Amino acid sequence: MTSNTNHDFSKGTDLAVIVLYLIMVAIGVLCIFMVEYNPSLNWSGTILMAKTNFSKQIYFSIFCAVVAIFILLLDSKVFTAFANISYAAGILLMLATFVLGKNINGSKSWIPIAGGFNLQPAELCKIFTALFLAKFISKPETDFKKLKSHLIAGAAIALPAVLSIMQHEMGLALVYSAFIFAMYREGLPPVILVVLLSFAILVIATLLLEPSVLAIILTAIAGLFIFSMIKKFKKNKNKILLVIGIWGICFGTVRFAVPYIFNHVFECYQSTRIYSMIGKEYDCSQNKKSASSSGEHHGKKPDDYNVKQSKIAIGSGGFWGRGFLKGTQTRGKYVPEQHTDFIFTSLGEAFGFVGTFVFLALYLFFLFRLIRIAERQRSVFSRVYAYSVVGIFFFHIAVNISMTVGLFPVVGIPLPLISYGGSSLLTFTVLLFILLRLDADRQMVLR
Amino acid sequence: MYNSNRGRIIQIIIGVIFSLIILQLVSLQIFSSKYVLAANNNAIFRKIIYPDRGIIFDRKKRALLENTISYDLVVIPNEAKGVDTATLCSILNIDKEEYSKRMIEVIVKNSRVKSGIFEPFLSTEVYAQITENLYRLPGFSLTERSIRNYPYNTAAHVLGYVAEVDVKFLEKHAEEGYEMGDYAGMTGLEKQYESILMGQRGVKRYLRDNKGKIQGAFEKGQFDTAAIAGRNLYTSMDVEVQQLAEKLLQHKIGSAVAINPKTGSIIAMASSPGYNPNLLTGNQRRKTIGRLLTDTARPIYNRAIKGQYPPGSTFKPMGALIALDEGLITPSFGYNCFGLYTACGDPRKCEHHNAGHAANLQLALANSCNSYFLQVFRMAIDNPKYHNAKLGYLKWKEYVNGFGLGRKLGIDLPSENRASIPDTAQYNKDFGGAKFWNSCYMLTLGIGQDRMTATPLQLANAMAFIANQGYYYTPHFVDSVEEEDETDKEVLAKFRTKQAVTKIPKEYFDIIKEGMYGVTVFGTAAFIKVPGHEFCAKTGTAQNPHGKNHSLFVCFAPKDNPKIAVAVVVENAGFGATWAGPIGGLLMEKYLNDTLTKESKTKVDYLSNVDLMPAAIKDWYIRNNKTEMLTPHNYNNDELSDIWDMEMVSETAPIQPKIDTLSKIDTFQKNKVPPAPIPVPQKNKENALTPSHKKKKHISKQNDI
Repeated sequence: MTSNTNHDFSKGTDLAVIVLYLIMVAIGVLCIFMVEYNPSLNWSGTILMAKTNFSKQIYFSIFCAVVAIFILLLDSKVFTAFANISYAAGILLMLATFVLGKNINGSKSWIPIAGGFNLQPAELCKIFTALFLAKFISKPETDFKKLKSHLIAGAAIALPAVLSIMQHEMGLALVYSAFIFAMYREGLPPVILVVLLSFAILVIATLLLEPSVLAIILTAIAGLFIFSMIKKFKKNKNKILLVIGIWGICFGTVRFAVPYIFNHVFECYQSTRIYSMIGKEYDCSQNKKSASSSGEHHGKKPDDYNVKQSKIAIGSGGFWGRGFLKGTQTRGKYVPEQHTDFIFTSLGEAFGFVGTFVFLALYLFFLFRLIRIAERQRSVFSRVYAYSVVGIFFFHIAVNISMTVGLFPVVGIPLPLISYGGSSLLTFTVLLFILLRLDADRQMVLR
Repeated sequence: MYNSNRGRIIQIIIGVIFSLIILQLVSLQIFSSKYVLAANNNAIFRKIIYPDRGIIFDRKKRALLENTISYDLVVIPNEAKGVDTATLCSILNIDKEEYSKRMIEVIVKNSRVKSGIFEPFLSTEVYAQITENLYRLPGFSLTERSIRNYPYNTAAHVLGYVAEVDVKFLEKHAEEGYEMGDYAGMTGLEKQYESILMGQRGVKRYLRDNKGKIQGAFEKGQFDTAAIAGRNLYTSMDVEVQQLAEKLLQHKIGSAVAINPKTGSIIAMASSPGYNPNLLTGNQRRKTIGRLLTDTARPIYNRAIKGQYPPGSTFKPMGALIALDEGLITPSFGYNCFGLYTACGDPRKCEHHNAGHAANLQLALANSCNSYFLQVFRMAIDNPKYHNAKLGYLKWKEYVNGFGLGRKLGIDLPSENRASIPDTAQYNKDFGGAKFWNSCYMLTLGIGQDRMTATPLQLANAMAFIANQGYYYTPHFVDSVEEEDETDKEVLAKFRTKQAVTKIPKEYFDIIKEGMYGVTVFGTAAFIKVPGHEFCAKTGTAQNPHGKNHSLFVCFAPKDNPKIAVAVVVENAGFGATWAGPIGGLLMEKYLNDTLTKESKTKVDYLSNVDLMPAAIKDWYIRNNKTEMLTPHNYNNDELSDIWDMEMVSETAPIQPKIDTLSKIDTFQKNKVPPAPIPVPQKNKENALTPSHKKKKHISKQNDI
C-alpha cells in the first residue's frame, strides 16, 4: 500500500480542484496586497520580513501547501480511524479555550501558541465534526432514516456550535448549520428543510410587519386552508387540529420566540445589525443579554457603517472596476476589517462587476466540482464528508459575500481561501485536501 | 446510490443563492451611480491653491496695493501633546482657559487630525517669538497666507477691500466656485474687477483615509489644475494727487474727484472722512471694521459716487449752455439785476447789486448772478417753442441728463448713485397736476437747488464735458488690464468710446469757457491761482437741509488744452470759494506741475489742519466716548485771510431774509442730501426766497445729522 502511494498521489487526485485552489489562494494574496498597498512602502523588503499581512499570507500558504502535501501522502484510512478521537480532542480544545483563551476582537476563542500565532479551536472543530459526522453516518448500524440518528447527528453538530456561541463567535456557530446539506443528502426528510425555511420566512416577516398585521395574515392563511379543504377535514378531524397547531406555533414564534431570541439570545449589536438590514432601528434597552455583559462593543462606529462602506466600495467599482490599486475606498481604508471578512470589497472595487462575476463563477464551478466529486464516491464516509465540505465552503461564501453586498447581517465569517488569516486558510486547506485524499481512493469502501 | 437526485437539488439551491448575490451585484455595480459619488466624497480631498491677487498700479506704475505674506498659527490637536502652554499663552497674551477654548473650537471645526487656525494674522513680533519657541509647541506650525498691503495708505474707497465670503455671497455666486473661507473683493475696484484680480484657483486632489489623513496625490495629480495668478490693473490714478486730495479733505466731510477729460480716466477720487486701507487687512481688520461701520461720519461711505449734493451755482454754466443752444440768449444777453429777482412774485436774492454785474453772459457767470440764471431757466422752461411748461421742462431735463447729471455714469465702481434731476411726475404730484405749475414753481433749479442733486463724480464729469466741448468718456479707473483678453476688451470698450456727443456747437462751449475763465480772473475765484496755467472754474455755495451751506468748486485746466477736470465738495463748510476752491486749485497745480510751490505747500499745511467737521458729528464723538476722533485744530478765519492774501469775495454775504428767520426744514437721512422737498426759505444766501404758498410746509426743527 505504501509503495503505491506515490503512484496514487498523481493518479487519483483531482487536478481541477487543486488548480482552482491555487488560483483562489493567489487571488486572496492579491486582494490582501491591494488592501495594504501604500506607495511609500518598500515591498520587496516587507515580503522577506513578513511584516505585512499579504507577505504573512504568502508564508501561510506555503505552510498550507506543505500541510496539503502531507495530507495527500497519508493513508485515507487514517481519517476514518481518527474521526471520533479527533472530534473528542476538538471539543476538549474548545473547552480549554475557556481557561487558556485569549481575547481577540471581543471573542475569547483563541489559544496562543508559539511565535505570536494564535489557534482557534472552533475553526479546526469544523473538520473534526465533518469527519465525525461522516464516520457516524457511514457506520453500518446507523440507519439515517430514523429520527434517533438525526438527533444524534444533530447533537454532535450542535455541541461545538453552542460552545462557539459561548465564545461569542456567532459566525462560527452558524457555520455548523452547513452540515444540513450532508444530512439532507443522506436522507434527512425534506420536511425539515421546509420547516426551517418557513421558520426563516416567519422570523423575517416578524421583523418587517406589525405584530397585529402578521397575526391577521397568519389567521387568514389558516382559515383559507381549512376552508378550501373543508371536505377532507370533515373526514379527519385530526388534520384540523394539526393546522390549528401549526397556526399556534407560528403565532407563538411571532409573539414570543422572536422577541425572546432578539432580546435574550442575541447580543445587542447582533440584533442591531439584523434590524439595520431591513432598515429598522433596534432599541438596545430591551436587550437583556448585553445589559449583563455590556461594555464590550462600546464606542464603535454606527453598526451599519461597515455595510455602508462595503456597499460603497463594491458599488463604486461599477462595471469595469476602478482598476488595480486605484480603489479609493480601499486605499483610504474606509472599509473596516477589509483584509479579513470584507476582502470581497477590494475585489469588487478594483475589478467591478466583471471581476466579481468571474470570481463568483470560479467559486460556483469549484462547488459544483466538489459536488461531482461527492457523488462519485463509493463509500458513504467519503460522500458525507464531501457534502460537509461543500456545505461549509458554500455557507462561508454565501454568508460572507451576502453580508458585504448587504443581503445578510454582518457576521464574522471569512471568505474561504481569500480572507487573510492563517487559521482560516489552514482549516480550508485541510478540509479540502482530506477530501482530495479520500477522492483519490474513491474506489475503496471506507468505514 | 439512493438519494442521488438530492445532489441535484443541492446544486440548485447553491445556484439560486449565487444568482441572488449576482442580482444584488448587478444592482450595486451597474445600476447605482451614487456609490461612485459616495466613494469620491469619502476619499478625495480637494485642496484649493490660491493664486496671488492682481496688483493695481497708478499712472506712473506705482503699486496702489500689493500682496504680502502673513502668517497664521495652526495646530493639529491630536499632535499637540506636551505643549508648553504657558509660553504660548504669554506670547499670544491669552490665558489657559482661552487656550483650551480655542483648541475645542479647532477640533469642532476641523476634527482632531486636521490642522485648524489657532491664531490668524500674526504680527511680526509674535511671529518671531513663535518661530523661536516652535520646538516647544508640538503640533503647532505656521502657514503663509497672502494678504493685501497698501504702501501709500491711500485710496481706500476706490480700491475697496477683500474679506472672507459669507453665506449670502456664496448664494449669490453659486456658480463661481467660491467656498467657505475664501476671500473676495467686497467693495471698490476689488469687487468690480474680482474675476480679473482673483486669477484662477488651482485644485489639488489628495487621497484621504478614513481618519482624514492625506495619503498622497490622487491619481498622481493628473486631475490637478494649476493656480493662475490674478492679472494686474493699470489705472491713470496719481498717487500723489490722491494723497494730496485726502490730506486736504482731512477733518472735513466732503469729496474731491479729478478726471482727465481727454480719456475719462480718474486721476484722484477722495472721500472724507476716509480710513487707512491697511487697517482693513490682516489682524487689523477685526479691530477696525466695527469702529468704521458705527462711526456716524460714515468713513466707509464713498461720497464721491454716492454723496448727493445740490450743485448750487456750479450748475450755472450748464444752464447757460442750454439757453444758448436753444437760441434763447446770446453771449451779450444781459439782465438788469439790482440784487433781487422779483419776476415770480416773492423776491429772490442775488449777492450783487452793483449795476451791470450781469450785463452779459461772461459777467453773469463770473459774478455768479442768481437773477440772471433764474431768468435764463425760466426762459428755457417757458420756451414758446414747446407750448407749455411741462414740455419745456422735459426738453431742459433732456439737456441736463445729456451732461451726465441725474443718471448713472457707469463708472467701474460698484453702487454708484444716480443722484437726482427731478421728473415732471414729481412736480405733478407736488402741485396737483401738470396744469398747475410753471417755471416759477421750481425756479431755483436754475441755480442748482430745489430738487436737483449731483454726485461729485457727476460734477467733475460735467466739467470734462464742457472742457471737451461736448463729449466725455465714461469716468473710469482701469485703463488696461494685464494680458487683456476679449472679455476684458468688452468690459473696457465703454470706457474707450465717446459718450454724450452733443450737437451743441463748439462756439457756445467757448463762450461758457470764457465765462468760467472770467470766474478765475475777476470773478468769485479770482484769488485762486494755478501757477503757470490759465484755468476755468465755477464756485458754488449750496443750501442744504443739514445746516451750513456746502462749499462746492468745479474747474478744469489748462483753459485751452484741458488735462484735468476737478469737482470738490466740502459739506457744511460755507462759501464755495473759501474751502472747496483752494482744494481744487491745489489739486490742479499738483497734477499739472507735478509739484507745488512753496506758497502752495504752506496752504496745504494750513488747509489740511482746518477742522470743518459739523458740530453734530463732534457732539456724537463726545457722546460716544470717541474723543480721539476729534481734531484739536480750530480754524481762525483771520489767519486764513492772511494766508490767502486776498479779500474774501462776498459771494453770499448774508442778509436778513424777509420771512420767518426761524423756519427750518426736515432732516431726512443722515448725511445724504435728500431731494429738497420744496425750496423753503433759509436764513441766507443765494436764493433765499420761495413762493409764499409753499412756505408753511416742511417746517420743523432741524436736529443733528
